[in-house]
Amino acid sequence: MISRMIALPLALSLATPALAERGGDGELKVLYWQAATVLNPYLSTGAKDVDPASMVVEPLALVADDGSLLPVLAAEIPSVENGGIAKDFTSVTWKLKPGLTWSDGSPVTAEDVAFTAEYCMDPAFGCAVLAEFEGIRSAEVLDAQTVRLNFDAPRYAPLQAFVGGRTPVLQKAQFQACRGAAGASCTAQNFGPIGTGPYRVTEFRPGDVAVFEINPEYRDASKPAFDRVTVKGGGDAMAAARAVLESGEYDFAWNLQLPPEAVAAMEAQGKGKLVASFGSMVERIELNQTDPSPELPAEERSTRAHPHPVLGDPAVRKALSMAIDRPVLAELTYGPAGKPTCTIVPVPATYASGRDDCLAQDIEGAKAVLDQAGWMPGADGVREKDGRRLALLFQTTVNPVRQDVQALVKQWWSEIGVATELKAVDGASFFGGDPGNPDSQQRFNADAQMFTDAFYIPDPASFLNKFVCSRIPSAENQWQGNNSVRFCDEAYDAGIAALHASAEPGKRQEIARTLTDALTADGHYLLPLIHRGMVSAHANSLAGVAPNGWEGQLWNVADWSRAE
Amino acid sequence: MTDPKLVEEAAAPAAVPGAEALPPDAPVEGAPMRSQGRDVWRQFRSHRGAMLALVIFAAIVLFVSLGPVLWRIDPTFVDYRARNQGFTLAHPFGTDQLGRDLLARMMAGGQVSIAVGLVAMAIALSLGSLVGVLSGYFRRLDAPLMRLTELFLALPLLPLLLLMVTLFREPLGKALGPAGGTFLLIVCAIGATSWMQTARIVRGDVLGLKEREFILAAKSIGTPAPRMILRHVLPNVVSPIMVAATLGIATAIITESALSFLGLGFPPDFPTWGRLLFDAVDQMQMYPWRVILPGAFISLTVLSVNYIGDGLRDAMDPRIRGR
Repeated sequence: MISRMIALPLALSLATPALAERGGDGELKVLYWQAATVLNPYLSTGAKDVDPASMVVEPLALVADDGSLLPVLAAEIPSVENGGIAKDFTSVTWKLKPGLTWSDGSPVTAEDVAFTAEYCMDPAFGCAVLAEFEGIRSAEVLDAQTVRLNFDAPRYAPLQAFVGGRTPVLQKAQFQACRGAAGASCTAQNFGPIGTGPYRVTEFRPGDVAVFEINPEYRDASKPAFDRVTVKGGGDAMAAARAVLESGEYDFAWNLQLPPEAVAAMEAQGKGKLVASFGSMVERIELNQTDPSPELPAEERSTRAHPHPVLGDPAVRKALSMAIDRPVLAELTYGPAGKPTCTIVPVPATYASGRDDCLAQDIEGAKAVLDQAGWMPGADGVREKDGRRLALLFQTTVNPVRQDVQALVKQWWSEIGVATELKAVDGASFFGGDPGNPDSQQRFNADAQMFTDAFYIPDPASFLNKFVCSRIPSAENQWQGNNSVRFCDEAYDAGIAALHASAEPGKRQEIARTLTDALTADGHYLLPLIHRGMVSAHANSLAGVAPNGWEGQLWNVADWSRAE
Repeated sequence: MTDPKLVEEAAAPAAVPGAEALPPDAPVEGAPMRSQGRDVWRQFRSHRGAMLALVIFAAIVLFVSLGPVLWRIDPTFVDYRARNQGFTLAHPFGTDQLGRDLLARMMAGGQVSIAVGLVAMAIALSLGSLVGVLSGYFRRLDAPLMRLTELFLALPLLPLLLLMVTLFREPLGKALGPAGGTFLLIVCAIGATSWMQTARIVRGDVLGLKEREFILAAKSIGTPAPRMILRHVLPNVVSPIMVAATLGIATAIITESALSFLGLGFPPDFPTWGRLLFDAVDQMQMYPWRVILPGAFISLTVLSVNYIGDGLRDAMDPRIRGR
């Protein structure tokens, strides 16, 4: 309370009289039904943690809704033209805006940026977003305002670290004692980072609530409009939707993946509205390219030693894709939060391949494809060939919407003579990544699995890189690879190498489109279903909420205000 | 082998001479033939709540077992053009958000839920009674068996179930098919983790019973332990066992739905009452019937089983019978 009484006059004295004044709109009440457990994005990639933290700590640049970059702490976006990106693509030089200060009044310098990079890249630390710093050899301070990230090889796209709310700049003075193994136990720092954003932390109770007040040192003297922000956690998506759309207790609620009809009825009451922001999230089905049979020894299940007896046949994969009615799926199960899609790279538009031949369902066509390939219906209607039956185990996480999708897909597949057994795994163990857990997405002890994947910078190179042969999970790498579909193709690996070696945007886009199609529209290893939006609800009295599929939902909280 | 016979021969003549002097409700040889079963049934019939409950329970069992023979829509058939329908002739209970017929789903779900409830209850009951009687009757077994009971009570139920499902789901599913394997696994898991209360109650009753005169009398004429337990102890602890059984069915149905919710129960396309209830909660405001129907069936089943248990207990207790 006392700090606020001092802070407000200070803030007012800094404001130039001609502009709108800072504060005055009271309290902003935000509901994240999964509560934040830490406010340091280097320890957690969950939106529940990253989003509230994004009000406090900021990156050098943000990704805007259209995929372009917006400078935040950087004076400008580095490019080859302005010399920010080295001509040989081996380094990136960032220049900070002049006169930036941390919320404790000390200046922001290039030392802080370099420190943050070293902090995350420390092998003893276990940085949650280490992949974003991949390829950085060193962070070099050129002067107080300038820092250079040196890569160990030419890197395209070079702008990855410190772009987006997942990789913000931390204060060196605060986190100096938290390097390496000490990182996770630095409670005071991880719960209350000092930042440059519009707000600073006043109270944080992990798993419950985070309270923020205006950062008196924020660089824009006319913002933010709200004096205080409370981010409350707990409950479920349905309760969160009610709290905003029906009872009006909260101004903003995040991640409302709910049955479309249920939310539409609430929205009709006129207290608030839904906003869907479409980033790169795509719900997809992966068709296992290796044999998950439980008869194999545990170490050999779903490994390349045993190719899949059925799904290795391109005709089967194609038929499975043709049988799915994606527009109906999108409408019935996702409503305004989903669009049918045929690609895993729907954005940015320049990289999307534009193949939409999968959108029309074709049951008869699918049957013909299977007939031609020699898969003939057996006595029970299930197709077989050489003693192998088209019977699949299809797993996903426990989620009412996903279970509805499973039921629909099972029915369509049964119409073309494919028997499907469904399985639902608890989300925590499906995405857990623990090598000993046989139900995880990486172990993939099933024939097909469905989940959502996304990437966070507007260049799909590092996303497509996960489907190379060397990233296939196996017992040797503790089942840690990202290529859970176990796709392996030399031509694809060569394409990825070409993508990593090419600087010219047009050529990169063309390669990326070819690679994407090899996985989806041509190869049908991955069956993209729905381009998903992040749905949130906000009260009608809240102005300034702008959808941005690339960043956290609170990315522009400084611009939010109370509309009267 | 000859011992029991001898005992019977020795005991029978002893009872006859004093027959006239015994209280009138004691079983008397030579009186008009009254089997114990008919006595119990007569007493049971006089319990109106229990009779009503029996009719309701029989109706529910008929509904779920014979219903699908008459109502032939596949409970998992998706017809999304007919989704979210109210009560119509084509779908008497309406359809769900994917257009699956709710009447058919209620029947199929009831089969699973009632079967799970009954079998899991039977397992828990047998285990609980066995442990309870053994530890109450044999002093030397008492301490180890009760410590075992406490050990099971102290075990966190959910992680244990999780472990069992992870370890045994695939081998069982391979041997018995996905539904059969899951069924066996779930009833065993629920049964093996809910016998402790029964064991404790039964042990307490047996301990009290052991000091009663008729037990001492039976012991003094050399009745061996197995016969003693089956003939004299068990019939006298039937009432607490019955109460535990009726409560057990309810718990089993609800535990099954909790397991399905966690993804550890039946496959997601396998309707059970618990799952139907859980799936409908999100649409409760718009389609209240989807919650009310499975909820009502679960409540009715549990309530009727409780009443039947109540009636049975009264009917089987010789001190209440005849009043």
